[in-house]
Amino acid sequence: MLPRELKAEQFNGYPPQARKLVVEHLAILQLLPLSFLPSMLREMIEFDYKFPVERRALEKEIANLASLSESQRTEWLGAFERIQLSAALEHFDWVNQPAQYVEQLSSHLWTTHQQDAFRKAATDYGERLLAAVPLEQPAMPRLGITIVGQGVAATDHPLFRKLRPQGVFYTNVNPEGGLRALLDFAANRAKSKPLPYAHWYIDGGRAAAADPSLTRISYEELEPARNALLAKMQKQSDTPGNGPENLRTVMAALRPSDLAIDANSDPVLARFQLKLLSEGSGTQIFSTTFAQWAARETLRRAQPLTLVVRFAPRQRQRPMSEMISVAKQTLEADPAGSLVDGDMGAYYNWLNQQRLTGAAQGSFIAWFEEHGTAIAIGPAVPRGTTSTSSASLKQILDWSV
Amino acid sequence: MPNYVSENPARALAWNRRDFLRDAARLTLGSALSGTSLFARSGVLQKDRKVVVITFGGGARDQETFAPEGQENIPNLMREMIPQASFFAQVVNRGILGHYVATASLATGVYETINNFASLPPQSPTVFEYFRKDLRRPSSDAWVVAPSNGFNRIGESSHRAYGMGQGARVILPKHLLTAATKGTPDYEHLLRDNYETPFFAPEVTGNEFALEQLRTLLKLSVDDFKTHALTLSSPDELSVYIVRQLMRQAAPSLLWITMHDIDIAHAGAYSLYIDGIRRTDRLCLDVWKTIQSEPEYANKTTLFILPDFGRDSDQDSAGNGFQHHRTGDVASRTTWMMAMGPGIREGVIYDRPMDSTDLVPTIGSIMGFSAAYSQGKPIAEIL
Repeated sequence: MLPRELKAEQFNGYPPQARKLVVEHLAILQLLPLSFLPSMLREMIEFDYKFPVERRALEKEIANLASLSESQRTEWLGAFERIQLSAALEHFDWVNQPAQYVEQLSSHLWTTHQQDAFRKAATDYGERLLAAVPLEQPAMPRLGITIVGQGVAATDHPLFRKLRPQGVFYTNVNPEGGLRALLDFAANRAKSKPLPYAHWYIDGGRAAAADPSLTRISYEELEPARNALLAKMQKQSDTPGNGPENLRTVMAALRPSDLAIDANSDPVLARFQLKLLSEGSGTQIFSTTFAQWAARETLRRAQPLTLVVRFAPRQRQRPMSEMISVAKQTLEADPAGSLVDGDMGAYYNWLNQQRLTGAAQGSFIAWFEEHGTAIAIGPAVPRGTTSTSSASLKQILDWSV
Repeated sequence: MPNYVSENPARALAWNRRDFLRDAARLTLGSALSGTSLFARSGVLQKDRKVVVITFGGGARDQETFAPEGQENIPNLMREMIPQASFFAQVVNRGILGHYVATASLATGVYETINNFASLPPQSPTVFEYFRKDLRRPSSDAWVVAPSNGFNRIGESSHRAYGMGQGARVILPKHLLTAATKGTPDYEHLLRDNYETPFFAPEVTGNEFALEQLRTLLKLSVDDFKTHALTLSSPDELSVYIVRQLMRQAAPSLLWITMHDIDIAHAGAYSLYIDGIRRTDRLCLDVWKTIQSEPEYANKTTLFILPDFGRDSDQDSAGNGFQHHRTGDVASRTTWMMAMGPGIREGVIYDRPMDSTDLVPTIGSIMGFSAAYSQGKPIAEIL
């Protein structure tokens, strides 16, 4: 089927708000190329479960497409029109399975050596869109906080090496009450700008007590969901004739309730947690991977004003067959390796925060938990410097944010 | 300095790599060719030459290898091997960035389009088939040691002019170990398979054949093999152990080793990715020392080391840094290759662009066969 053949009733399987959005804009969707439209439907079908900033961005993008003249549309989307598709892709049920279609399209692009052309088309489109529909500015300067090294007594690992050129490297931080100070600071920001999904606390282990004004997720709280997911993946892979593509289809169809994630109180957060586990590679087995990926996705999707990420020790590496089985015993931890993971994770958290609007005004703090090492980055902070003076984390926050 | 990044990112990456190596390993920049042939420089006849290829498994980025902050992870490459090698700083992979299909592309000299996750042979003739057919070599003279069950079809293609029975013999160390130990838990750490899709590893049948390979070819008793395997820490260590045994017992002229430990990066744990790089670095030197110490190989073997491709850069927001190789960005496509052995210029770095498909015709020129269907070109700086 081609986009011009679309009819409103074909979207009856969509969630209510998504269906309304599609039907209202059906006329413009019918004009979009088949190499482009399913990517948009992949976002639209999730509309009911998107964060507020995502919803606004999607609505603006659709409105922008609708405002283009025919010649402008050709200019914007001509490169997508020139992508050669297969008959199999045209016959695929891309209306109801847009995510799976995009997977198939990706495979097709690699196989037919059109990946570079598609990549350029997508990059050019993104740049045009950014120019036409500027991204929202944050309601207050963003703050990222990353805490690493839980459970490590001492290390010779050169911490925050990649971040040091960006700010002040503190070597004499008083660690007492550090975690509480950081979480309280985040909570105060949440109370001062109480916007939905704007202030987050992600813990790679057991979450510390935190003010409910923070949106909180933790690796430990998701243990039943992780185990349920691993069991489903194992069962799927044990079924004869199944392969990675089938597994992805099954994963894409999962609902929070399938993994015993409570969707009643907050369906948006429940869906987000489901996707962290079902779409993230390694998030089911390594807590450090979970924390980094959760932070990355939170920054990319929710675009928070405040994000606290605390890494915790992951399990020691074991044979993959064991790690992807539901654990029946207490797992041995690897605190030293997890510190290295968290250190890189801190760098990625900063990098991903820098990709958001207002990056120049934002601040970032990373701290070696229960130790005297930290880094602070922000507009008020000199770059590439080291401070050996005694300081508390509260002071560092006050100086940097 | 001009803004090379905006002009040509692949060249900029290669020039950075070149400059890092010139500083750290004191390489000189190779440009003009000497005019003498490989034969004149080495004195080794084509019929006597052997070639060993190591794919630096799973792909690693410059910041964890050749950049100043990464060099601590590859001390053996930096100090022992690169000063003896010709180093090519800009090897571009224009194909599909999946490990099986990319390794198949390296082995055929053609950008293969087979399904990365299916148990399929390459569509174009492999280097092993060219070698055996043109030079009339027996199957025992071309071997692949592969990391994963998914690589069991890489030895020969489905091409109608070649194919069945004309390729390399493939040895799957993990399959050998499974057959020998019948899945005893003590060996599980050596049996990790495919990190991209850990739930799906194609089953390879024929345990009897595997055990027969152990006994008759590698001259290893099951008990000795099991005992030694317990001293190893990773699947790639197991592969290199098998390689050493194969070199001593069968001494194939064309030997291809695919490393894979680095690909643990897909699980997202940076420290394990770094561990994989350090182990691969150590194992590369191990193979080189074996080449130098084994009479069948010493002074007549050319060793090639190259990744199948790189990994995503930190700068591409579509990816997640080191974890995957999915964006198709410059960092994931632009890699490197080193060549060493008799007649290969030592301590020289070349930064001109070349394709990863150039490997097969280059091996053909070294050994004296024609890679007729390859898309690549022989690398003049080696020949």
